[in-house]
Order: sequence, then structure tokens, then C-alpha cells
Amino acid sequence: MLAFIARRLLQSVIVMLVVAFIAFLVFRYVGDPLANLLSQDAKMTDYEEARERLGLNQPFYVQFFHFVVNALQGQFGVSYRLQQPVSQLILERLPATIELAVASSIIALVFGVFLGVYTALKQRAFSTGVIMTLSLIGVSLPTFLIGIGLIYVFAVELKWLPSFGRGEVVQIGWWRTGLLTQSGLRSLILPAITLSLFQLTLIMRLVRAEMMEVLRTDYIRFARARGLSQRAINFGHALKNTMVPVITITGLQLGSVIAFAIITETVFQWPGVGSLFVNSVAAVDVPVMAAYLVFVALVFVMINLVVDILYFIVDPRLRDGAKSGR
Amino acid sequence: MTTPVLSIRNLVVDFPFHDEVFRAVNGVSFDIMPGEVVGVVGESGAGKSMTGSAVIGLIERPGRISSGEIRLKGERIDNLGEPEKARLRGKRIGMVFQDPLTSLNPLYTVGQQLTETIRAHLPLNEAEARQKAIDLLAEAGIPKAAERIDSYPHQFSGGMRQRVVIALAIAAEPELIIADEPTSALDVSVQAQIIKVLKKLCTNHGAAVMLITHDMGVIAQTADRLVVMHHGKVVETGTVGDIIRRPREPYTVKLIDSIPTIERREGQAAPPAANDDSAYVQVKNLVRDFELGRGSFTKLLPGKVEMFRAVSDVSFSIPKGQTFGLVGESGSGKSTCAKMIVGLVRPSSGHITVDGHDIWAGGAGHQERRKRVQMIFQDPYASLNPRWRVKDIVAEPMRTLGLARNKTEVEHRVAELLSKVRLDPSVMRKFPHEFSGGQRQRIAIARALSSQPEFIVCDEPTSALDVSVQAQVLDLMSELQSEFGLTYLLISHNLAVVRQMSTAVGVLHNGVLVERGPTDAIFDSPQADYTRMLLDAVPDISKVA
Amino acid sequence: MTDLPHAPEQPVPAAKTSRWKTFWRSDIVWSYRRSPVTVVASIVAFLLIFMAVFAPFLAPYNPFNPATLNLMDGFTPPNSNSMGGRYFALGTDSQGRDVLSTIMYGSRVSLFVGAMATLFAMVMGVGLGLVAGYVGGLIDAVIMRVADVQLSFPAILIALLIFGVARGIIPPNQQEGAAIWVLIIAIGLANWAQFARTVRGATMVERQKDYVAAARILGVNPFFILLRHVLPNVVGPVLVIGTIGLALAIIEEATLSYLGVGVPPTQPSLGTLIRIGQQFLFSGEWWILLFPAITLVLLALSVNLLGDWLRDALNPKLR
Repeated sequence: MLAFIARRLLQSVIVMLVVAFIAFLVFRYVGDPLANLLSQDAKMTDYEEARERLGLNQPFYVQFFHFVVNALQGQFGVSYRLQQPVSQLILERLPATIELAVASSIIALVFGVFLGVYTALKQRAFSTGVIMTLSLIGVSLPTFLIGIGLIYVFAVELKWLPSFGRGEVVQIGWWRTGLLTQSGLRSLILPAITLSLFQLTLIMRLVRAEMMEVLRTDYIRFARARGLSQRAINFGHALKNTMVPVITITGLQLGSVIAFAIITETVFQWPGVGSLFVNSVAAVDVPVMAAYLVFVALVFVMINLVVDILYFIVDPRLRDGAKSGR
Repeated sequence: MTTPVLSIRNLVVDFPFHDEVFRAVNGVSFDIMPGEVVGVVGESGAGKSMTGSAVIGLIERPGRISSGEIRLKGERIDNLGEPEKARLRGKRIGMVFQDPLTSLNPLYTVGQQLTETIRAHLPLNEAEARQKAIDLLAEAGIPKAAERIDSYPHQFSGGMRQRVVIALAIAAEPELIIADEPTSALDVSVQAQIIKVLKKLCTNHGAAVMLITHDMGVIAQTADRLVVMHHGKVVETGTVGDIIRRPREPYTVKLIDSIPTIERREGQAAPPAANDDSAYVQVKNLVRDFELGRGSFTKLLPGKVEMFRAVSDVSFSIPKGQTFGLVGESGSGKSTCAKMIVGLVRPSSGHITVDGHDIWAGGAGHQERRKRVQMIFQDPYASLNPRWRVKDIVAEPMRTLGLARNKTEVEHRVAELLSKVRLDPSVMRKFPHEFSGGQRQRIAIARALSSQPEFIVCDEPTSALDVSVQAQVLDLMSELQSEFGLTYLLISHNLAVVRQMSTAVGVLHNGVLVERGPTDAIFDSPQADYTRMLLDAVPDISKVA
Repeated sequence: MTDLPHAPEQPVPAAKTSRWKTFWRSDIVWSYRRSPVTVVASIVAFLLIFMAVFAPFLAPYNPFNPATLNLMDGFTPPNSNSMGGRYFALGTDSQGRDVLSTIMYGSRVSLFVGAMATLFAMVMGVGLGLVAGYVGGLIDAVIMRVADVQLSFPAILIALLIFGVARGIIPPNQQEGAAIWVLIIAIGLANWAQFARTVRGATMVERQKDYVAAARILGVNPFFILLRHVLPNVVGPVLVIGTIGLALAIIEEATLSYLGVGVPPTQPSLGTLIRIGQQFLFSGEWWILLFPAITLVLLALSVNLLGDWLRDALNPKLR
């Protein structure tokens, strides 16, 4: 078990280093870092002096090393566009994104798994046909259109919910939460639904496909031949086996919620890291882009790690496999 | 007169498929008496498994019972609703499936699956059910059952898992057990034991058995009566002895005749000298190691590498024009041997020479191998590219080696080869899926011959085929051998096939050649314990008759 | 072994049939005939694609010719005549451009970007997947690890990054002309991994099959084995992913354009039109947004439905 986790940790470090390297390349070679720091009428000597000061004359690997050391301390330089430290920008906006992502993940997970199991067990039911058709429409609907649609119906026409922003927020330490005020919660509803719909359909279709696959296996046939109750077969045997692959992919899907938030945050003008990133791309604000890349990679790596450990707990074959080294 | 445990009358099972209806079972009738073992034999597609599924009520959609009756102890069960049928399953009718590797849920321990089944049918508490589970496992021959009960299925070998499956099927003391090919997925040496366990448990618990199999040997050993099925119909029923001695229907005759026996055949060639340095094919001290369980990335890191020796110091030789049989169970290393000899897997050490050329020496040896060595594979469904026409498949070797000058010559040669393997040359425009298994294997043979080889490695050439087709393919191989003076290396787990075809035999066990010598010597007076065990495990229908 | 109707030695009824009849009865056509949704989807997809390809001939107006634009035509509601006296079936936008025509030209841009990006992703993914699956070892490990990492990030994020980087590299005066190609490469690079993973899996299965062994024994060049033996056998899954990938690419393009980082405003795609239309949603000019949105959804949905059907048809056991 420990060896397994150690191996996974090592892999995660490698992935992070690769991502950091890409981020470094972007940071160092996209655009001219000096052009954004110095004024238009800076002299050649100012350039030289700045190059020296920023270490741009040092060998490539030394610069990368410094980049990694700084990144470990959360230092990604100063945003060209907003002239503020990047780490501060991200930290300020992080709570908004995390609250949105967690809320929509819960929606996606609960409804996705429930509907997936339901449609797999009632394959011939009319309701299954309706759900499957709706899910295909869901996959074909771009997230931003869903957001616009919800805004039009619930904010413009019915005027039930706010159309943009986070509502009132409460400061708890450095965390600024919208979960404790009524207007904050109301503001969260539409963006959370918008963000969850795509993941929901994916999780549902995945659970359904896996469950149907499992229901066709020999051991389910054998379980039926042994006269176990339908309930015991569906929920004891089939569901548990379905969960093994579902855990992995669902975990990764939930990770991508953070990144999908980019679109939702733009539609609802939600003050999170996603909208910060979009604005930075449009303005070629390289330090923010690099930092965001590293940040998202970190989230993914951590989710991956949790998923691997979960997998390990659920599947006895893996536990033995790790022991014997196979 | 006693009521039969199972009585089937005019059973018809239909499968609507696209716009047509496929009749899988067509008016089948037979009875099974209490305590009786009835064998249902037939080739794949004969409808025997479907009959079993119909009895236990597990026909997969869109199949359905169209007409007929199934009675269990006189009560009609085919028209029961799903909840009533579910109540019969396990409680009154138990079932054993073919593949023990997939029949058990991998995520639950054997004990959990047993107690769950027992408690679903019998009024026992958890502790009592567990004790009964341990007793059942012990009865099924699982050593240290009390400890093993908390193991997961993957911690058991195939044979052991099938014992667990049998224990599960008998757990609620059903009156009838349906065993669908219970030994087909197992190694020969395990098959006999499993059949014994099945028979013992059913006798002890007073269950009748419907034994579905394509293997006449299994039937001969186990069954009291026989039901022979062909194309969804019962063609003959009777006691096992009667049918084997006096088969009436032509199909039954064919089925029995096509069973190869390990008894000596008349008129075999004289045994060759055992290890002749002038022999055409020589295999010397062949070794192959595999690395175990490391990803490509972790391989770059230093650390202990676990090695597995698949083939260990194997030597033999084959004189020109003769057949050497290499016998072994799955995992014995015989397929790895074949792959090294045809150039697919590089040996860790040792030499293979064909007609004096070391085929792994590179350069000239490699060229010689391409020209002289060919292979026939086990599964004719996988050995022909499904997207190619027969013509291109057969012509590939001559095109690759540049043996034909132009299109007409290629076509001419392909036609010739197809008629050599008893196929109409006009089939060359068809695709492989339009042929049956036996016909495909003929196409594969035609392809092997297409490069005009001298040495052909045959890896289980008949084990994926139906019994009646096996004999034809073996006959064809013998004829081609004498016509072209071919040298064969015949790899098989089927001792009967090896005895019939080869002049000398080697027995492979865990990568080691435990015994080697002329066929008759090995079969009549085996020296190694392992060989003796293999020979004993082969069911012999002549003993029944 | 269960005795299914496909059982090998079973003589298939009605063996002698014409080629046309064989085709008509084949699994794939059979499943098409049996699925009215698929028939409708294919008709819708065909009409939309036809409309986009021939937009210059079919569109009632040329919305990008300033000479024909008249501000008097602005904000005309659908199915009515403008103050300038001209008829507009789907209305006009703020500058008096005909919405129907902008949709036709917009679908053209969307489809072009989507198709080219998918093609790019397909060529790259299939190539790398074949090599990874066939060669194995370190090459496989490197390719697949990159694909895995990339797959765990949403394509839209990758595309945004690539787009941002390209913006930083390409000199500003060339950006407008290059924008479409940058977009194609960004979306293509974001989507190749799905192809690679599937093709690699299929290749590894095929590589184990004996027909490949037979070719290797003969010493057939590995490149030919990949091209002539393996590739034809992995076409099925590639087609499925390609179709679903096209729908994805169209959506991704629309999303990027909606976020304002996609095609230049001089060549608006459906996403750009929606971005523009959103500004007028609150003031009641709903048609500027609604019709491009419907077109986008219909396009993505019909292509998705076709992909879904193709997957089921090529994989009968999932039915």
C-alpha cells in the first residue's frame, strides 16, 4: 500500500514538473517579458540592467530551477494587465471558483449516478428513452448556451434569480464566502446548475454504460442462476462492480469542473479564477496564464491521487497485485 | 413409476434476428430421472446450451420459448412469471457455467458469495450459513476450507474456482444441476478431477445432472444416459454404452468416429532416432525469460527485476518430413517455444537451426527462415484479416517474398492452393467471415503453403474446431505432408491429436521438457510422473464400450 | 458458449442474395432503417452542411458587404419588412445585417474550423495511436502518458492555452489572418488524445491477433503491417470518435468565439453571432441570439446523434 502510494506520488511529481516546464516555456518565451515591465522609452542600458536583475542572462536550466523554486513558494511574478502579484490575484478569486465547483460537482454526482443506475436497470422503460434523449441534447448544448438560456428564463423573464455576480459575501479569514448570505446562495443556483449539466450527462452515460456492461457478465448470470433476489444482484453485485471504473472517470470529470468553470464564470460574470484566466488569455497576460496552468495541474494531480487510493480500496485484485508486484 | 425430475416436451426456442427468426431449439423432448446424470452432446450451435438456459429460465433477450413444456417434478415451470422462476433458481435448479474465471464476482470473497446464496434459500443465520459454506468447500475438495473461505476469487486457480462454482450451485440442495461445459475452460489434468467433484457432490446431495458438453470423453466418464443434439433437434437418445457401441443415426456415428483416441493407430512410420545432429530442424538449449510487472517508466529506475522463465533449456530435433508433437497444458511454455521457432519472440539464449541455418543469427538466417518456416494458428477467426479477401490473404506470402511475377500468376497459384486444401477456387473473392471455422482453417493452411515452406509450426491447429471438423483438417494436414514432404512441429494439449499425427513427442511442463522420445514409447510406457498424470487424465471412451 | 444465432458453423439462411440485398440487410443499414431519429438527424445534418457549403449562392444577402448594408434595416423583427422596405425572414441585427445570411456564413466558418480541427486531431491521434499500440515500450509510455495528462484537462482549457501562446508569438499585424488556423490547430491539438487512446487500444488488440503474427513471420515491413493490416481494422472506432469529435469541435469553436478569443469579428462564426446577440437579449431583440443558437444546437445535436448511432451500429453487443 505504501509502496503504491509512493509510486503514485513520484508520478505526480513528474507530471507537475512537466507542467511546470511548459508553464516556464510560456512564461519565458511568449511575448517579451521586458516589454511589459519597462516603459516605452526605456534605454538599451535599462534593458541590460533589467535582464541582469531578472536573471534572464543566466543559463536555461538555472532559470527553470528558479522558476520551480519560486512556484513552490507561490511566486509567479506580477500580472502585466493588473499590475498585482499573480498569487494574490488567484488567492482572492479562488474561494468563488471552489464554491461554484463543489456545488456543481455534488449536483452532477448525485443526479448522474442516480439517473445512470436507473436507466441501466429500466432499459426498456419510456422514461429511460426520454432521459437518454435529453442527455444527448445536453451533450450537444454548449455550456454557455445553457447559461444564457437559464439567465433568460429565470432572471430576465421570471426575475426569480440574479443574472450575474456572486451576491453578498462574508469574509472568514482570507476566505470570502457567498454561502452564508441569502443573496449569495441565490446567486449560486444558476451558475452551479449550468456548470453541472455537462458533467451530469457524462457521469450518467458512463454509469449506465458500465452498469449495462456488468449486467451482461457471467458472474451476474451466475448470480441469477443461484436465485439471488433481483435487488441483491442489482445493488449488491452489479452496482459495486460498476463503481470500480466509474470512480476513476468520475474523479477526473470532477477535476475538469474547475476548468469548465472558465465558461460559466464568463457567462455569469462570476469573480473566480476562470474569468481571470480568460481575460488574461485575451490580453496575453503571460504570468497569470502560467500560474493558472500550474494551479489547474495541481488540482488534477491531487484528484488523481485520491482516485487511485479509492480504487485501491475498492478492488481486491489491485491490493494483491501491488503486493506481488504484478 | 417415478416422476422424472425434469421433463421437456417439444421445446421450441426462437431468436428473432433482424427480420428473420432463428430457431435455436426445435422440438426437443427428453426426461431426467432422480439421481440420473444425463449428458447432452452436440457441436457448437446445436442448441444444447439454449435448452439448459430455457430450463433455468435465463434465455437472453430477444430469445423466447415459443412452444413446448418444461416440467420440474411434474409441475410446469416454463410458463411461470419471473419472480416464481427466480425462486426456483438455486433452490431447486442449480447451474454451473463454463468459465470459472468469469463466473464469480471478483469484488466479493468466496465466503460472502456462498453465505449470500445459502441465506437466500435456507433459513439459517450468518454463522450457520458460514459453517455450511465451509463444509461445502471442504466437500468440493478445497484444502483448508476454513481459511480459504475469506479469499477472493482471483486468489484461486481455475480448477479451484470451478470447485467453488460447483459448491455454489449445490448450496441450497437443488434437485437438478445444469452443468454447461463445466470443464471446457480447464486444463486436461484438472478436468477429470472437476468431473469427479461434480459427480460426487450431486450424488451426495441427491441431485440429478444435466451435463451439457461437446466432449464425448467427459460424457463417457460421467453420464448414465445420452441425448445427442444436432441443429436444434434431438437426433438420438439412449444409455451411454448403447449409443457408443451401436449408434443409429449417421450424425451420431460421425460424432463418435471423429473422436481421436490415444490408442495406437495402425501403419505408423518407424520411430526416428531421438536426437540426430543431421536433423532438419534442431532446437538446442532454448531459454526464454520474461520480466514481470513493471511499467515502462519504472523500468528506467534501478531496482530488482523479477524474472519469469517461460521456457527453460528445451532441446529437440525433427528429421525432414516428420512430425514432432509438443505436448503441454496452458502455461507450459509451448506457445512461447513456437513463437521463438517462427521468429516472433527472441530467445534469451539457445539456438534454433533450420536446414543448417541459425534463424536468429540475422542476415542470411533471417532470410532462410522467412522462406522455409510457416505457421498455422489455433484460432482461424483471428488468423485471417477480416478486411482482406481470401485471394489477398493467400497471396500475401508470395507477394511479400516475390514468388510470383504478375497478377495472373498470383491468381493462378492461389486457385491451385485453394483446390489443394479442398476449397473451390471461386471463393477467392470472398471475405473470411463468409466461411465456417473448418473452412477458414483450410484457408490458413493454403496461406501457409503459399510461400512454399518446408517446415510448418502448427500451434493447436484443431482445438478451436468442432470435433467432426477436426478429423478432416488433420487428414488434410497428413496428406499435404506426404505430398510436399513437409516437416511439422505440432503443438497441442490434445494427446489424441498428437498420438495420431506425430512420430516423436516432447512433453513440456512449466517450461521444462520433462520427457522426449518416439510417440509409442512415450504413450505406452511414460517415464516422467507428469506424463503419466496427463495420460491418466484423458477420458477413454473405449473403456465404456 | 451460448448458442447464439451468429454461431459459426450454422448455415445462414438465404445464403444466395444479391449484393444490394446483402447491403440492405447488413447490420449497419438495418439499424439505420430501424432508427427514425437517426434518419431525421442525417437529413438535418445534410441540410445544414449543404446550406453552409453553398452559402454564397443560397444566402439572400451578403452580410459582409458594407455597400449593401443599410442602418435603416437595423433591428428588423423576423418575418417582416424593414424600415428600408426590404423583407427579412429571420430579422436583422443592430447594423441591419440579415440574420439568416449571417447564420449561413457563420455555419460555414463553424463547420470549416470544426472539420479541419477534427481532421488534424484524427491524423495526429491515429498516427500516434497506431505507433504507440504497435511498437509499445517506452515510445508507447511517453505518448500515452502525454495523452493521459492531456485528456484529464478539458479540451477547452488546452485550446485556450494554445491560443493564448500563439497570440503571444505571432506578430500583431498577422494575427487576424492567422486566427482561423491558430484556432484549428488549438482545437485539433486539444482533441488528438481521444483518437490516440482508442486507436492504441484497438491496435494492441489487433496486434495480438494471429493474422498480424502471420505477416510478421513472413517479415512484412512493420509500416505495411500497420497500414494494410491494422489500420483497416481500427477504422470503425475512429469513425465513431471522428463524428462525435466533429460535434465537440464545433461546440469548442463556438465556445472560444463566444469567449471572444476565437475567429476575428470580420468572419463571425455561430459562436460570435451568439456573443453579439447576447447583448440584445435584455432589450428584447431575441431573434439576434435565438436563431444562431438554434442552428448551433441543431448542428451539434444531429452530428452527435449520427455518432451515437454509428457507435451502436458498429458495436452490436451494446444494443
